[in-house]
Amino acid sequence: MEKSNPNVYMMQGNTACAEGAIAAGCRFFAGYPITPSTEIAEVLAYRLPQVGGNFIQMEDEIAAMGAVIGASLGGVKAMTATSGPGFSLKQENIGFAAMAEIPVVVVDVQRGGPSTGLPTHVSQSDMMQARWGTHGDHGIIALCPSTVRETYDLTIRAFNLSEQFRTPVLLMTDEIIAHLNEKIELPEPSTIKIINRQKPTVPPEKYVPYAMTDTDIPPMANFGEGYRYHVTGLAHDETGFPTNDPAKIEEQLLRINRKIERYRDEIVEVEEFATEKMEVLVIAYGATARSAKKAVQLARENGRRAGLLKLKTIWPFPEKEIAQLAQKVSRIVVPELNLGQIAHEVEWATCRALPVVRVNRINGEPITPHEILQAIVG
Amino acid sequence: MAFRYEIRLSGAGGQGLILVGKVLAEAAAIYDGLNATQSQSYGPEARGGASRSEVIISDTDIDYPKAENIDILLALTQEACDKYGSDVKPDGIIVIDSQTVTNPPAGNFTVVSLPILQSAVERLGKFVVANIIALGVIHKLSNIVSEEAIKSAIRSRVPKGTEEINLKAFQTGVDLATEWLKNHPDHAT
Repeated sequence: MEKSNPNVYMMQGNTACAEGAIAAGCRFFAGYPITPSTEIAEVLAYRLPQVGGNFIQMEDEIAAMGAVIGASLGGVKAMTATSGPGFSLKQENIGFAAMAEIPVVVVDVQRGGPSTGLPTHVSQSDMMQARWGTHGDHGIIALCPSTVRETYDLTIRAFNLSEQFRTPVLLMTDEIIAHLNEKIELPEPSTIKIINRQKPTVPPEKYVPYAMTDTDIPPMANFGEGYRYHVTGLAHDETGFPTNDPAKIEEQLLRINRKIERYRDEIVEVEEFATEKMEVLVIAYGATARSAKKAVQLARENGRRAGLLKLKTIWPFPEKEIAQLAQKVSRIVVPELNLGQIAHEVEWATCRALPVVRVNRINGEPITPHEILQAIVG
Repeated sequence: MAFRYEIRLSGAGGQGLILVGKVLAEAAAIYDGLNATQSQSYGPEARGGASRSEVIISDTDIDYPKAENIDILLALTQEACDKYGSDVKPDGIIVIDSQTVTNPPAGNFTVVSLPILQSAVERLGKFVVANIIALGVIHKLSNIVSEEAIKSAIRSRVPKGTEEINLKAFQTGVDLATEWLKNHPDHAT
């Protein structure tokens, strides 16, 4: 029997992540397998050699993070994938990539924590670690898919944003979406928008790797192409060499924060569902956004005017979009598989002007549509 | 009216129930043009422990991908039956293995007890195809995807070289369910 549509596949979220990475131009993966992210490594171990890329299983997550940073400095788009315990280990090098402005994509398939927690069960409890897991003030971008197709699209977007803004980008998926097999129609490769890092236009002797440019994003030279410069996690000046000059330190650190803040409108992506004439706004992301959408549908069928704001970008936080929608409602419901990490941000975004009702779960089971419906009804 | 059909496959880790879920979902979504999701829940063990795989089939978008109002539930171990035997909707079907599940749940649903594991050994000489026998039973009792679609999905999903024995196992399951339906005319699907 023939497939009803030749471009349609049943695909798992983790496979969609791996395929999205290939489509985005990723040609290097280093990792250390961990449930529930292992299939990403498994698929890329097979797929990368087919497209001329390299896969390496490292001795641990710290080394894997170092390897992708090195690959990226050499000009190769690189990714690693892990889950909570490994995400903790990667934090120091994520900070290094933020400080040295090296584009890399880090996938965290969230499982129950803290510590080794629940290896095979879902959670969304690394959302704050994504923002502040590594020390020091830095900008960060984190995306959150809620379908298999979104996993594909947001993996590509993660690469594009990392290249455009010279920054680590975190793809915060979860066990449910990662292991969900869902119908997916893949886009024509020619229709996929790909962004590559901006390279220097000056000769090597004129290259200033961390120059204060108008865009706040200095061009990045690939090692091996004749440009030599210094890369360090120490506070550095525009040459890349360490400095103790307070003015230079501040100039560079403010820039690496500003280069994300000033483009937040371009980075932040949200999706609204049934937000016209609503009384209660549900804000959700990842697997829980699916339960929330169903809950909003059930609420509407029962005459309750609820709407959904689905967050596809978590960091920078969509506070402007939330504040605007909050004006239309008397109550906000935030269901999430943690004890209120994003609900807290929603309270900040709305200056606590209205009640933010939490629906939380941390035992490895998902939140059901009816549980969210109860919170909507109040 | 949009339909949503929920299937939960439960048993021990290693019995191949995730594969059965994938075959069912692929048959519905890829060959029959419906929408389907397959999700799973299992413990950290590679084998043993209670495991479940869930398939939702619909003609529209599937938001919540987990089963809550189950049309048909399969339980291949007593532990799985005790742990996952809830959430079956009124008049739903519970398929149990007659050898391993000796204490079926009671409620407003039909219990179909069949020698699934035993048939794998006695009729096909291979314990490992019990999952595909169960697939044949589920297919016949649910009647939600076409037989041709399931067979195509089996061919594309099972290991190369095992297509024939798996298709035979599927037929064994269909036969077991057909016989059961003959003896229970009230439950014709």
